[in-house]
Amino acid sequence: MNVNQQPHIATPYGQPPLQGYQVYGQPGYGGPHATPYGPYNGHNAAYQQDAPPQPPGYPPYSSFPSKTFAAGLSSDLSSSSSFGLGPGRVPPSSGTPPVSAPGYDQYPQGEVQNGPALIASQPPRPPASQAYAQVPVTLPATQPLYHQQYQAPPTSTQQVTNQMAGMQIGTAPSQAGPYAPPTSSHLPSSTAFPTPGNPSYTSQAVPPSQPPPNVGVQQGPHPPTYGGPPHVPQQPFPGSALPPVSQQSFPTAPTPSTQASLGAPPLPQPYGGGPPVSAHSQFPGSLPPHQAAVSQPSPYRSAPPPTGFTPSGGAPAPARPTPGMHGPPFPPQSVSAPPGPQPNHIGAPPMQLGVPAGPPTGPLPQQNGAFGQMRGPQPGYGAPYPGQPNFGSQPQAPAPAPPAQKRLDPNSIPSPKASEMQPVLKTRHRIDPDAIPSPIQVIEDDKASKSGEVFMTGVRGQAPPLVTTPFQVKDQGNASPHFIRCTAYNMPCTSDMAKQSQVPLAAIIKPLATLPENEGPLPIVDHGESGPIRCNRCKAYMCPYMQFIEGGRRFQCAFCSCVTEVPPHYFQHLDHTGKRVDCYERPELSLGSYEFLATVEYCKNNQLPQPPAFIFLIDVSYNAVRSGMVAVVCEELRTLLDTLPSEPGTDCPIRVGFVTYNKVLHFYNVKSSLAQPQMLVVSDVADMFVPLLDGFLVTVGESRTVINSLLQQIPEMFADTRETETVFGPVIQAGLEALKAADCAGRLFIFHSTLPIAEAPGKLKNREDKKLVGTDKEKSLFQPQVSFYGNLAKECVAQGCCVDLFLFPNQYVDVTTLGAVPCSTGGSVYKYAHFQAQTDRDRFLNDLRRDVKKQMGFDAIMRVRTSTGIRATDFFGSFYMSNTTDVELAGLDCDKTITVEFRHDDKLCEDTGALLQCAVLYTSCRGQRRLRIHNLAVNCCSQLAELYRHCETDALVNFFAKYAYRSVLSSPTKTVRDSLVNQCAQILACYRKNCASPSSAGQLILPECMKLLPVYLNCVLKSEVLQPGGDASLDDRAYLRQLVSCMDVAESHAFFYPRLLPLHKLDVEGRALPTAVRDSEERLSRDGLYLLENGLSLFLWVGVAAPPDLLRSVFDVSAFSEINPNMTSLPTLDNPFSKRLHEIIEMFREQRSRYMKLMVVKQEDRLEPLFKHFLVEDKSSNGGASYVDFLCHMHKEIRQLLS
Amino acid sequence: MATYQEFIQQNEDRDGVRFSWNLWPSSRLEATRLVVPVSCLFTPLKERLDLPPVQYEPVLCGRATCRAVLNPLCQVDFRAKIWACNFCFQRNPFPPTYAGISDVNQPAELMPQFSTIEYIVQRGPPTPLIFLYVVDICLEEEDLQALKESLQMSLSLLPPNALVGLITFGRMVQVHELSCEGIAKSYVFRGTKDLSAKQIQEMLGLIKPTVAGPQGHPVAPQDAHTSCRFLQPVQKVDMNLTDLLGELQRDPWPVAQGKRPLRSTGIALSIAVGLLEGTFPNTGARVMLFTGGPPTQGPGMVVGDELKTPIRSWHDIQKDNARHLKKATKYYEALANRAAVNGHCIDIYACSLDQTGLLEMKCCSNLTGGHIVMGDSFNTSLFKQTFQRVFSKDFNNEFRMAFGATMEVKTSRELKVSGAIGPCVSLNSKGPCVSENEMGIGGTSQWKICGMNPSTTLALYFEVVNQHNAPIPQGGRGAIQFVTQYQHSNTQRRIRVTTIARNWADAQSQIQHIEASFDQEASAVLMARLGVFRAESEEGPDVLRWLDRQLIRLFMFHLRRSPFLQVFNNSPDESSYYRHHFIRQDLTQSLIMVQPILYSYSFYGPPEPVLLDSSSILADRILLMDTFFQLVIYHGETIAQWRKAGYQDMPEYENFKQLLHAPLDDAQEILQTRFPMPRYIDTEHGGSQARFLLSKVNPSQTHNNLYAWGQESGAPILTDDVSLQVFMDHLKKLAVSSAA
Repeated sequence: MNVNQQPHIATPYGQPPLQGYQVYGQPGYGGPHATPYGPYNGHNAAYQQDAPPQPPGYPPYSSFPSKTFAAGLSSDLSSSSSFGLGPGRVPPSSGTPPVSAPGYDQYPQGEVQNGPALIASQPPRPPASQAYAQVPVTLPATQPLYHQQYQAPPTSTQQVTNQMAGMQIGTAPSQAGPYAPPTSSHLPSSTAFPTPGNPSYTSQAVPPSQPPPNVGVQQGPHPPTYGGPPHVPQQPFPGSALPPVSQQSFPTAPTPSTQASLGAPPLPQPYGGGPPVSAHSQFPGSLPPHQAAVSQPSPYRSAPPPTGFTPSGGAPAPARPTPGMHGPPFPPQSVSAPPGPQPNHIGAPPMQLGVPAGPPTGPLPQQNGAFGQMRGPQPGYGAPYPGQPNFGSQPQAPAPAPPAQKRLDPNSIPSPKASEMQPVLKTRHRIDPDAIPSPIQVIEDDKASKSGEVFMTGVRGQAPPLVTTPFQVKDQGNASPHFIRCTAYNMPCTSDMAKQSQVPLAAIIKPLATLPENEGPLPIVDHGESGPIRCNRCKAYMCPYMQFIEGGRRFQCAFCSCVTEVPPHYFQHLDHTGKRVDCYERPELSLGSYEFLATVEYCKNNQLPQPPAFIFLIDVSYNAVRSGMVAVVCEELRTLLDTLPSEPGTDCPIRVGFVTYNKVLHFYNVKSSLAQPQMLVVSDVADMFVPLLDGFLVTVGESRTVINSLLQQIPEMFADTRETETVFGPVIQAGLEALKAADCAGRLFIFHSTLPIAEAPGKLKNREDKKLVGTDKEKSLFQPQVSFYGNLAKECVAQGCCVDLFLFPNQYVDVTTLGAVPCSTGGSVYKYAHFQAQTDRDRFLNDLRRDVKKQMGFDAIMRVRTSTGIRATDFFGSFYMSNTTDVELAGLDCDKTITVEFRHDDKLCEDTGALLQCAVLYTSCRGQRRLRIHNLAVNCCSQLAELYRHCETDALVNFFAKYAYRSVLSSPTKTVRDSLVNQCAQILACYRKNCASPSSAGQLILPECMKLLPVYLNCVLKSEVLQPGGDASLDDRAYLRQLVSCMDVAESHAFFYPRLLPLHKLDVEGRALPTAVRDSEERLSRDGLYLLENGLSLFLWVGVAAPPDLLRSVFDVSAFSEINPNMTSLPTLDNPFSKRLHEIIEMFREQRSRYMKLMVVKQEDRLEPLFKHFLVEDKSSNGGASYVDFLCHMHKEIRQLLS
Repeated sequence: MATYQEFIQQNEDRDGVRFSWNLWPSSRLEATRLVVPVSCLFTPLKERLDLPPVQYEPVLCGRATCRAVLNPLCQVDFRAKIWACNFCFQRNPFPPTYAGISDVNQPAELMPQFSTIEYIVQRGPPTPLIFLYVVDICLEEEDLQALKESLQMSLSLLPPNALVGLITFGRMVQVHELSCEGIAKSYVFRGTKDLSAKQIQEMLGLIKPTVAGPQGHPVAPQDAHTSCRFLQPVQKVDMNLTDLLGELQRDPWPVAQGKRPLRSTGIALSIAVGLLEGTFPNTGARVMLFTGGPPTQGPGMVVGDELKTPIRSWHDIQKDNARHLKKATKYYEALANRAAVNGHCIDIYACSLDQTGLLEMKCCSNLTGGHIVMGDSFNTSLFKQTFQRVFSKDFNNEFRMAFGATMEVKTSRELKVSGAIGPCVSLNSKGPCVSENEMGIGGTSQWKICGMNPSTTLALYFEVVNQHNAPIPQGGRGAIQFVTQYQHSNTQRRIRVTTIARNWADAQSQIQHIEASFDQEASAVLMARLGVFRAESEEGPDVLRWLDRQLIRLFMFHLRRSPFLQVFNNSPDESSYYRHHFIRQDLTQSLIMVQPILYSYSFYGPPEPVLLDSSSILADRILLMDTFFQLVIYHGETIAQWRKAGYQDMPEYENFKQLLHAPLDDAQEILQTRFPMPRYIDTEHGGSQARFLLSKVNPSQTHNNLYAWGQESGAPILTDDVSLQVFMDHLKKLAVSSAA
């Protein structure tokens, strides 16, 4: 969202709300957004609940909000934000409402009015301030942080808050405002972008808001104009659920604040109106909470915001529907879009149109992918706000009930600290955490609008649903998002634009991704002996974008425009549209993803490949034996070997081999003709070689008994070992040599325990030095200690030897160096610190099983071809590159992801868009050489706003994280962090400057689809790799660094923003999961039970006041104190809750590529600090900023860039 | 002592000594004029049924430079309990244990019949014998199977307490651990990388590399004995080992078309030597190398693995075209010397149709006293029985082998020792009796012979140093004492002392006596050894020229034609093999080698030895030729036809059957006793294998002179070699002219 944070507001915060209000009003409203702003402000206010004081302001604002989203948002926000920001924003809005309604200018006026409102608000402020005072806990903390970190203590905070508010407001209000005006005119167009928002707003706002007071007026007009209303209602529905909540909030809100009552009354009504807006409700919902909190604002917000939001949501919804219409909607969208989105932010005049568009756009952009639906999410913004408990209010209009619940949640959340005081406190605070964009809300909105839907890939440039949303894909010529996700689905035409925006253009490609059962497998195309048909010049493979000409005798390459003859055996006539008649019978002409059978020219040495081999290399030194690892591995392998990957209908052709080692290596001859396995010891580790060939690699089927005998004896043989030293380099060499000797590709599974200090190539020394952390020399710790492994990796890649490393360290093992080979060969590193067979067995074995069974490609080469104009310039992931274009992967499994960055080397054309073709040549597990092709077409734009509307934040974060994690190899972490912040600030500033309306500089305006960028970015910045803390060992950091480098978007998302489920709200009957809550300690209720997962760990947090019933049904204990904090699995109990919980845990584990060990964390117990580390919205113990603080900082950066 | 013939025979039986001259010329000048030096063939461990060893230690002369052993030639003062050393004339008191000595109570070593006596000494704990099998697994399946069976069989022949070890090699070298239960373990080494003994021991886990340093001396044999997993008592591991051998597979590495299998013989030997060096230094041990082809990789490589490159021939060697020869030879010599220093001997059992690199590897056996056996395949009785015979036992039921022997020679003042030729290495022991004039391995008075059997015979060469102007009193005697310390096969340490004396004679006045004392056979062999020794160390024609110069007067026609000096028609490996045996066999066998024996069987009388001449090859005869290495039965043309017609199966031609059987029985007798088993060849007139006979006989009839000699007498030999007749004629001419 484009949240227009107004620095002014900030100041206002610091200062009296008035300013803030004004500011808000000004910036937000001032812009074309004015109206929207108004609402936004409202939202902001709501968001900023912090500004409970604002409520008073809100009332006035409320009008604004009400007008715009404010109503909707306000509902949510109102409660919360209304206070904090509310005042600032609200006032303007309120004041503006009328104004805003009239015109954008009015909005600004509105803001101005806000000023007046301020007065009203001011009164509230006192409370707000008090609230702050009370809230202080958070705020003060934040503030100080600000000061310290950002330096601009009060102001900044305020600003931030303002910004926050502004942002929300900006979006919402602007939307509303603009919508209204534009809606009427733009409606159609707006629908595309803004429309949705606008309509929603308008619509919602209109009915609800209008009825109310001023707000109603402003909003009213818009909504009606938009016609959005009708739309709104549609979309609202989803939101509607929320609305109800908001409504509840309303009531509450009203009660609290008298002033609010003023605003409130009307607002609530609007909300009432909102309800229809239901969709909007989200927004409102968001607002409502604030409002609720604020009390006064609540009404406003509730009403307006809901409307606003809901409308927005609703509007968006309609818009989306249209978009859904795709064809039709688009055009309109496009039309509206320009005005909408840009206008929204940018110009007031256009603003009207634009405004509406703007707000909607804000939402829309996010939704852009699917406008209509998306909008829902946009409202989501509101929603996020509302979405969160606080926002519960959001639901207000639509779904009163749900909102109520939500609110409850919110309540509960805040409760821990000061539930009662909340409203006030919050209002007082500068920024209400609920007032800032909430990831949860965005996720929930996207889910609500898109889950279960079939995503058709046929439309160029549409953003797919979020990774957190379950959806199906229908391949219509573009690769499924399961395979490729982009940071931007609308690329700038020129490099100037790209440079200006600073938005990285990258594709996150997971070439062998496992598809859902109903979507796979990919068709295999055989073009006969001459191999796949390719372009003569650029060698691109046949794909749906190739243009057949001359009656089908030739085709023109879509990438380089070269014309190539169609070979006779491939000739086919064209139909009247110029398509080949067989187009739909051939996957390569109709699908985005498919495979070719490669011919012998595509093989190494022009020989068809052998089936791959798996070699298991097991450390049998003292530590490995004592921890039980050896026994566990050997026992598991006996059954695991039956499940080696194979292709359906064929026997498993994979050969296996076994090596154990400590200071020397033991190879085993397990030839089927032997009665007993034979051990061959190689002590000459300085010059590794493979002692035998025949009998070392065998097929499991034939040598089953010998292998079993071996695996049985290995633990016995080494049970009494006293050898503590190990080697490592020679171990990889051994596997490599074995594969070389067998002339095949394959995988090495190395189970290793200690730092290899024995005399041998690749010997390491302990270099863990805490003193280096944070210095310029820190980067050396991320670089391998010796060059040996780099060279070895090169050899491995050449042979197609993929190394998977399982580490069982008790102390420093130098993961950086040991992981060098796995990381260059497409392998994985697994680390089990302080492994104990009893407790870590499950985790390790599940990882091992999964790893072994994975579908893999071997000896792979990946190449990404693009349309002329851009080219792939940078690659991130686990691979090796010997030149600048070919990504060489010794092994490529279904989880490995490669992030590719593109740069312009020429201009792109808006008409044709940009094409990507990712071709992966690999050997399948049965030894077949294949080519997997993924095609993806994206749009190109000459307007920056388009770019900002089609970005995917999760993908951006994925890229940024990988980029930053690689940068630590060459720069100090501080530099890396700074440049990351800087780039994001530039992105946002560019948006602010070029796409958002000319609002007050103090307003923070975020593009709808990047509104979560700050929160996620903050998570990246405070991750252990970039922000070393006291307890993160060098190994941990290196491990995470390597891990992230090949994560896909879904994994990186969960990794940086863990999923936190309130289990005590679990509906044991239904299939649905409880809505996640934001990763913040204040969301945790003392009487709750929470499940947190980030893809690597799984925590069950138990509040001290958890009800005994709950404890009994989960732990089978009667009191909190009886819970064993060391348990790693929950008892299986015969009650629905326990069963359901087990199911959920199982499901989570199923979703992730690594098995997550369950840790039970008791509140205020020793493990809690560890757990808190994952509450990423809070300040972290290692110095990471809280979300709110960071947002303020970000805003400051942006403002600096703008000034 | 009736004749010299008897005297010589008696001496040989009693002391295992044959001298070229049994009266010694009393001055250096006279001695050199005799051409054939004063020298002897000495068989240190000659089997003596009548020689029970005594259970005490020998009494030594007190002079530090002498240390001669009390012997029957010493003058003894029974009253004063003093004896005078007959070499240095030092007067020594008897040790306290000899207090009871008197005229009538003499210890054995003083009795004349005990000129050779054996002492058993108790020094340190007995160390078991060690047998380390080093087995090539790049063999044909059939060969490998046969070899495995032979090895398994051999386990039953070993003494139960003997330590046994197994190393196999192909592309890699595997040292098998024998003590383990369950999984068979082996340590693998790359076949191309040479390692020091210390590295090998580290890699085998016998010593801790980190412990090495100032006090990191190798593990004491005692510890090693108990801890070495690679050498275990036969009785403990024979089941294991039998299984292990049974499971041996051919080298699993693929051999590409047109390539030889990669065979790391050099490294395998190096590891065997290194392993023993570290664990059992100075303990009797046999490394038994079984190989089926040339080393093709790593140090010690003899030929590359490309089949298109043939293994070096004499031609290549003469053209200096054998690129691996020098390097490989040097490598194996270094190995052999290491083994010799530690008292370990190396046997080579090479069975292949092609050469196996014996030329390069021969020093391993030659310097350590090991055996070399060459055959066509492990699946032949030649190998199987020869190998079995390695473990043959004597009448005391003890193995006919001794280990780690050192032989010391002491001479009276008029004599000095110039050198020795035999399977020994110098111990570089300088002393008063060492001559500056080296013949064979000289410059020392002590030699080490790591492996011996009762027939091992050394040639020792002496120099008379007495000056012409210092005549020796009439009746003066020169004495020589041989002191041989060795480890008996029953693990006892023993010392055998042989003391002999010969009279001096003035060559001018007593030339006829000296002539009479000439031992032609011994001289022939002694000179042949010298020739062979020179042939080994020098090159081709020079040696022949030297020989011609030296031997003109010795009429050694056959020696000149023998494979010991002639390389024509022999591969380098064969030459090495023949020379190896020539240098260590006793006199009788050596003579057979020089001049093969030819027996003729006919209806005309009992079997009779006939001239080794083409004229002996007649149609109605069966010939049996024994060249030591080959046993050829040749059926004359008529006999062969009869046999083909099956007359022997007819009852009425029983006599023919007997005639056919007679040479077979005789051959069998020879086969039974000889080590190594000779190649047994049954052929007939015109048979391809008849070449073995034809190449040996004197080519008195050739295509050149065939008609001059008449047709019915013998078979013509198609050769340009000169016949004995021509040789003799030439020789006579030369003798006359050179006499001038």
